[in-house]
Amino acid sequence: MVTIKELAEKPELFTSGHRACAGCGPAIALRYIMKALRGPTIVTEATGCMEVVSTIYPYTAWSVPWVHTAFETAAANASGIEAALKVMKRKNRLKHEHVDVIALAGDGGTYDIGIQALSGAAERGHDFLYILYDNEGYMNTGIQRSGGTPHGASTTTSPAGTVIPGKVQYKKPIAEIMLAHEIPYVATASIGYWTDVIAKVQKGLEAKGTAFLHLFAPCPRGWRSETSKTIEISRLAVETCMFPLWEAVNGECSLSPQSKAIALKPERKKPVTDYLKLQRRFAHLFNPKFQYVIDEIQTDVDKRWNRLLKNCNMPPVAKA
Amino acid sequence: MVAKVEQKTMPLNGDEAVALAAKQSDVDVVSAYPITPQTIIVEKFSEYVANGEVDTEFVCVESEHSALASCLTAALTGARTFTATASAGLALMHEMVYVTAGCRAPVVMAVTNRALSAPINIHCDHSDAMAERDSGWIQIWVENSQEAYDSVIQAFRIAEHPDLLTPVMINLDGFFLSHTLENVQVLADDVVKKFVGTRQFPLVLSHEGKKVPFKLDPDNPLTMGPLDLPDYYFEHKRQQEEAMHIAPKIIKDVHDEYAKLTGRSYGNGFVDAYCLDDAEIATVCLGSAAGTTKAVVDQLRAQGVKAGLLRIRSFRPIPFDDIMKNLETVKAVAVMDRSNSVGGDGGPLFHEIRHILYNAQSHPPVVNYIYGLGGRDMSPTIIQNIYKDLAEIVKTGRVKKFVQFAGLRE
Repeated sequence: MVTIKELAEKPELFTSGHRACAGCGPAIALRYIMKALRGPTIVTEATGCMEVVSTIYPYTAWSVPWVHTAFETAAANASGIEAALKVMKRKNRLKHEHVDVIALAGDGGTYDIGIQALSGAAERGHDFLYILYDNEGYMNTGIQRSGGTPHGASTTTSPAGTVIPGKVQYKKPIAEIMLAHEIPYVATASIGYWTDVIAKVQKGLEAKGTAFLHLFAPCPRGWRSETSKTIEISRLAVETCMFPLWEAVNGECSLSPQSKAIALKPERKKPVTDYLKLQRRFAHLFNPKFQYVIDEIQTDVDKRWNRLLKNCNMPPVAKA
Repeated sequence: MVAKVEQKTMPLNGDEAVALAAKQSDVDVVSAYPITPQTIIVEKFSEYVANGEVDTEFVCVESEHSALASCLTAALTGARTFTATASAGLALMHEMVYVTAGCRAPVVMAVTNRALSAPINIHCDHSDAMAERDSGWIQIWVENSQEAYDSVIQAFRIAEHPDLLTPVMINLDGFFLSHTLENVQVLADDVVKKFVGTRQFPLVLSHEGKKVPFKLDPDNPLTMGPLDLPDYYFEHKRQQEEAMHIAPKIIKDVHDEYAKLTGRSYGNGFVDAYCLDDAEIATVCLGSAAGTTKAVVDQLRAQGVKAGLLRIRSFRPIPFDDIMKNLETVKAVAVMDRSNSVGGDGGPLFHEIRHILYNAQSHPPVVNYIYGLGGRDMSPTIIQNIYKDLAEIVKTGRVKKFVQFAGLRE
């Protein structure tokens, strides 16, 4: 496991001066990701917050080759880069022994508009690491709901109305969808735990074939949370099992330490309200009229947690 | 013109000719999705790969959108890339067609022109490529399978030219060319490989202040496809226009060098003028209709009618001077469009030709015939009637109708 001292000595390849908001979770995510590189790397990124804040011409925050083409194309772009590297290597036109490829996309670019290209690339088995930085909405365009927005959250296209209390639907289980593609590495991580993030990025890069990392990264602007609480919220998501941490190596699922500790001592599992109350996107749910939505969220979290425990060969939690 | 190199005759349809040309051009990455009438290209290329006849990464993507998205980044990484599509496939690519040109990725794409839905129709017209007219791609339109073969080989040299870095689209009429056997003169593999050469990369100024090759290279990092706001976007789009202004010289040089090698040329590389020197009436068209029209011109000439044809080979960049020079002295011109600009009073080729002739000292009347949509046959009789209409315009000095549909049941 990497130490903080080793990390400090590594160069910053996602450099400061970009225009992300204060407390931006995805910006923290990118800094960690770029600290985890193992060698020459090309990054391709979907349209989204991080593309916009980091590459306003003629400036760039990237010290590695980086390319953006469109919103839905992260996985297709990575496929093309990987194919080019492979054939150029074969034809002795590549200087490097190996070049890693990372595709970055937000939740809109992954759950929604980019899922076809991602599914296709995973089926073809291109060797790259796809990292979904999930801030649970189209934040760049002004906080609209995506397939990754959680149930009950208020966004500009799922507003908390007097009749409909925020997003009606639930978060799509994207990591499980990717697991069903039978790719060599799938993991979830939260920026609240940097050692876990870095370890998983490294494992994803080492995996031969398509690897998928679902990285939880709060957006204070969109979540209406305090900019100083980004890390706290990132941890509460794990502590409440709203966003459990696990990985699957060649299809074998296991809980990561932070979630395993909860599985072993279920009393450590915090209620979802601990997580919800720090974010004003859920504020309307604390009106007694909408208490039922909080109950629905808790029920869903418990259901998904039990499913995960089963997938990880852990004993399920008995219903209260 | 006499060929410098030996060639062999092979019976090939247009799609096979395209696939063979791409194979011989030593393409690094092909990323494509099947669509009628382009399928033979991907099938043939898959066979080459499966039989070890070509060293190419063939990416069987899940959509045309991903086909071009992956070709685009493969090209930016340094690979020679090729794709092929048609109709709805090109329409699905639309977003990436612009991005490819804007990123200056030298992708070569064959388009087997086919009608756009709805109603769904698999047969030839030019609606698909015309929808990409303003995207920043060079568009070459071919008359037959031989030209399809020759043009694909030339396209790599044009697209990848370090001063240009502009994608090239080779348009061939669906079914009329894609599925019709023709005798094609084929070069030896090593001759094509030598002609096309290896990719060269221009040096650009990186954000670190170094001159670096324009590609995704870990030793010389570049940020490509950044956010470009009102303070720079306009200048970058202007650079694409400037590239189009130097494109004619490159297209011509490559065309002429290839002509010396093979003995085959297509007009001056931009337009193919047929019996136009003394013509009084002329038609203008793209693609395979030129073959039938040339036969009609021959018949008319035998009858003493001074008919001619101008086939446009390079539609983007549009050869302004060649069109003006060839048509300004003609007494009446009919532009034949295999697509329509619905509600636009005529087809896209008509608009361009009339726009160019407006700048002539005195310009002939220019009329438009929309023909052959959805694969409707363009028979010699229809073309004869168009020339008759032109003769009538010359005789009476009056145009009854500027835009008409030819070969339509009405």
